[in-house]
Amino acid sequence: MVEHVGTYGHIAWLWIRAAWQYPTSFVLLAVGNGLITGLDFVGLWIMFSHLERLAGFSLHEVALLYGSASLALGIADTVIGSVERIGTYIRTGRLDQMLTKPVPLLVQVCADQFTLRRLGRITQAAVVFGWACTYVEWTPLRAIVALSMILSGAVVFFGLFVGFSSIQFWTIDATEFANAFTYGGATVTQYPLSIFPKEVLVALTFVIPVAFVNWYPCLYLLGRTDPAGMPEAFQFVSPLAAVLSVALALLVWRSGVRHYTSTGS
Amino acid sequence: MSAHQPLIDVHDLERTFVVRRKVAGRRRRTREHVVAVHDLTFSVEAGEMVGYIGANGAGKSTTIKMLTGILVPTGGHVRVAGLDPSRDRVKLARRIGVVFGQRSTLWWDLPLRDSFELLQKMYRIPLPRYRENLERYVELLDLSAQLDTPVRQLSLGQRMRGDITAALLHDPEVLYLDEPTIGLDVVSKGRLREFLRSLNTERGTTLILTTHDLQDIEALCDRVIVIDQGTSVYDGSLAGLHVQGGSTRTLVVDLVDEAAPIDVVGATVRKVEGPRQWLSFPSESSAAPIVAAVAASYDVADLSIQEPEIEEVIRDLYARGRRS
Amino acid sequence: MLYVAVATRAFRRYSTYRAATLSGIFTNSVFGIIYSYAYLALWQANPTAGGYDAQDAVTYVWIGQALLMTIALWGGGSTDDLAERIRTGDIAIDIYRPVGIVGWYLATDLGRAAFHLLTRGIGPTLVGFVLFGISLPSSPLIAGAFALSLVLAIVVSFAIRFLVASTAFWLLDQSGVKVMSGAFAIFFSGLMLPLVLFPGWLGTVARTLPWASYVQVPADIWLGKRADLASALGFQVFWAVVLLAACHGVLHLAMRKVVVQGG
Repeated sequence: MVEHVGTYGHIAWLWIRAAWQYPTSFVLLAVGNGLITGLDFVGLWIMFSHLERLAGFSLHEVALLYGSASLALGIADTVIGSVERIGTYIRTGRLDQMLTKPVPLLVQVCADQFTLRRLGRITQAAVVFGWACTYVEWTPLRAIVALSMILSGAVVFFGLFVGFSSIQFWTIDATEFANAFTYGGATVTQYPLSIFPKEVLVALTFVIPVAFVNWYPCLYLLGRTDPAGMPEAFQFVSPLAAVLSVALALLVWRSGVRHYTSTGS
Repeated sequence: MSAHQPLIDVHDLERTFVVRRKVAGRRRRTREHVVAVHDLTFSVEAGEMVGYIGANGAGKSTTIKMLTGILVPTGGHVRVAGLDPSRDRVKLARRIGVVFGQRSTLWWDLPLRDSFELLQKMYRIPLPRYRENLERYVELLDLSAQLDTPVRQLSLGQRMRGDITAALLHDPEVLYLDEPTIGLDVVSKGRLREFLRSLNTERGTTLILTTHDLQDIEALCDRVIVIDQGTSVYDGSLAGLHVQGGSTRTLVVDLVDEAAPIDVVGATVRKVEGPRQWLSFPSESSAAPIVAAVAASYDVADLSIQEPEIEEVIRDLYARGRRS
Repeated sequence: MLYVAVATRAFRRYSTYRAATLSGIFTNSVFGIIYSYAYLALWQANPTAGGYDAQDAVTYVWIGQALLMTIALWGGGSTDDLAERIRTGDIAIDIYRPVGIVGWYLATDLGRAAFHLLTRGIGPTLVGFVLFGISLPSSPLIAGAFALSLVLAIVVSFAIRFLVASTAFWLLDQSGVKVMSGAFAIFFSGLMLPLVLFPGWLGTVARTLPWASYVQVPADIWLGKRADLASALGFQVFWAVVLLAACHGVLHLAMRKVVVQGG
């Protein structure tokens, strides 16, 4: 496991080095990425020019939700790299070539064309999150929960994207179908989940566990009782959700690779 | 002491594909079973140079995919270096090199040197050995000027040489080459063949060459496996292939003046065009007595000998294989 | 007639992607649901924000989702083919064809849009109607005006995408510009948030930009918020004309570059 992370790191570093040959282009892309993802927050800000509270949450509180989710997504995005393009790799024969290398396929696909462009989003999200954090009443436990939230959130998103991208091993046509869950899941975390009826919240807790990315931990950070009356324990188990999510994703991935090598293209 | 195991061991290998095809007159696509490879058996010892020939769709790439672990067989048994390719893919990958002729294994946007460095990391080649191998192959394959060029700017020949270097940096025991000389000019082809030959003699690397270019086979391979319709129709020496094919060589005679068809023992006239005549005789026979006989009885301005067309030989083999 | 043939061919080409289209309708619907709840929460806190009520707002969401693929808001459509042909250099051949390039690609895009309208346009609209009871146009006049507005939106969107694709003549690759253009389109079209909510100068600017033609104008017509139908449509016509002229201009410039450099 550790050696795989090492290999990933080596590959990623080489891509960073190559991109750094063109520093202006690199900076422009990162800034562009930051601005584009920042538009999401501008949208939220515009919303709040019309109201004080959205589903009972103030701008600072929504900013905490938005910032943490965006940060987690940005980190996950950077790590998963080209996983969403699996279908293209299959079509061009690149996947077969990757299979002839002594590195696990997932590591290769994630590290391929590694780019730090997402730093734009990560920076922008960190600023929003940092600003929102100044309104939180901090305790040592809350600090731990906040850190665990960001890391677990990134892992949950990682599992979500890898798991759904694996569908491309079976069919390339239905990629859009996956987007409903991956990008839909990411969109949902920008809002307080109390905007949804309880059934949807249950689905977002037990089926697509994005509620653990930021919603439950933030309830604890903000000292709020759960509007839907969910168990308070949920606010602390994001790491568990992360582990389950990634374990499931790896199962689906492995199954996908097996399907691919068993049926050919 | 275990019994001796060949490096590559293929036994009754089978691969069937399920293909969904649109059949005219039916709304839903029908499922068909296409047998790409069946009853394939052969073994390769370390240090051999084997040519793997077949028409398009005969099952060549399918076999190679099964040997490298990209495809799981639907039947039979395959072991490379004692490992099951699909189950021990990563372990086996360290010991083999693969060069795909049509697609480069290098990273398109990166300079050549970076691609090699990526491979050093992936194969965890110890730095001293990496540098030694890199220097050797870059010199042998004449790539020193291209090391800092992005791969997408390389010519086909340079890219191919880069691909071969990439496949050899980790000192693989087996090198699979798929159409390695395709698109190269005559001079480059010759140099590449020489390089591959020396690779085999000096380092003992086992070479498996799948190709359409029969001159590649002639130049490099002592052993040839011909695959047709998914199974092997010939497995033996190159010379034997000629014999099997019952192929003929041709003596082209340029007489000083036009004459009636030449009559000598051991050869038959196939074509006459003015003073030039084409005589064919069996491949196994020596040309010398025939040449002597012709020269003794006729006024000869010039002579040349044409080797048999392998295509003919192969075509014959296919035809015979299908008939049986 | 040639243009009709071109459009029909494009329609048919897109109709072969059945699985992708169905998944697309599903995805549009999921996003429609997400944004509907978000807007319901917003309008619950401020029941008359932007001059809309909750019903208007939710209807707006589903119109946006229906228009998303129809006008190719994110980019794509026939202009991707254009960018590819520029990249490979094949565009040099197209220039010598007797058919205008802009017209050709516009016809192709309209064919594609027709297909997407019938599938990823009507599909989510039906879902929105069933799940949220969205409002429908209140009179045949309004329905007709909406239809016209929709066509104009497609044309304006096409023109902008054409201009984005043309950057390939100079930048070799449209993807960077395409991503930025897509982001601007999402924000300034009103897809992310209705432009009627944009405060102060931001709102004024947003409502004059061409992207307002994409979603805000057609949606407002549908919702019956534009008594001044003529000026609403006129706004779209203005941008359509200006941007199409820009397309021809850019093409002219590019052709000079291509001819001078020898292709």
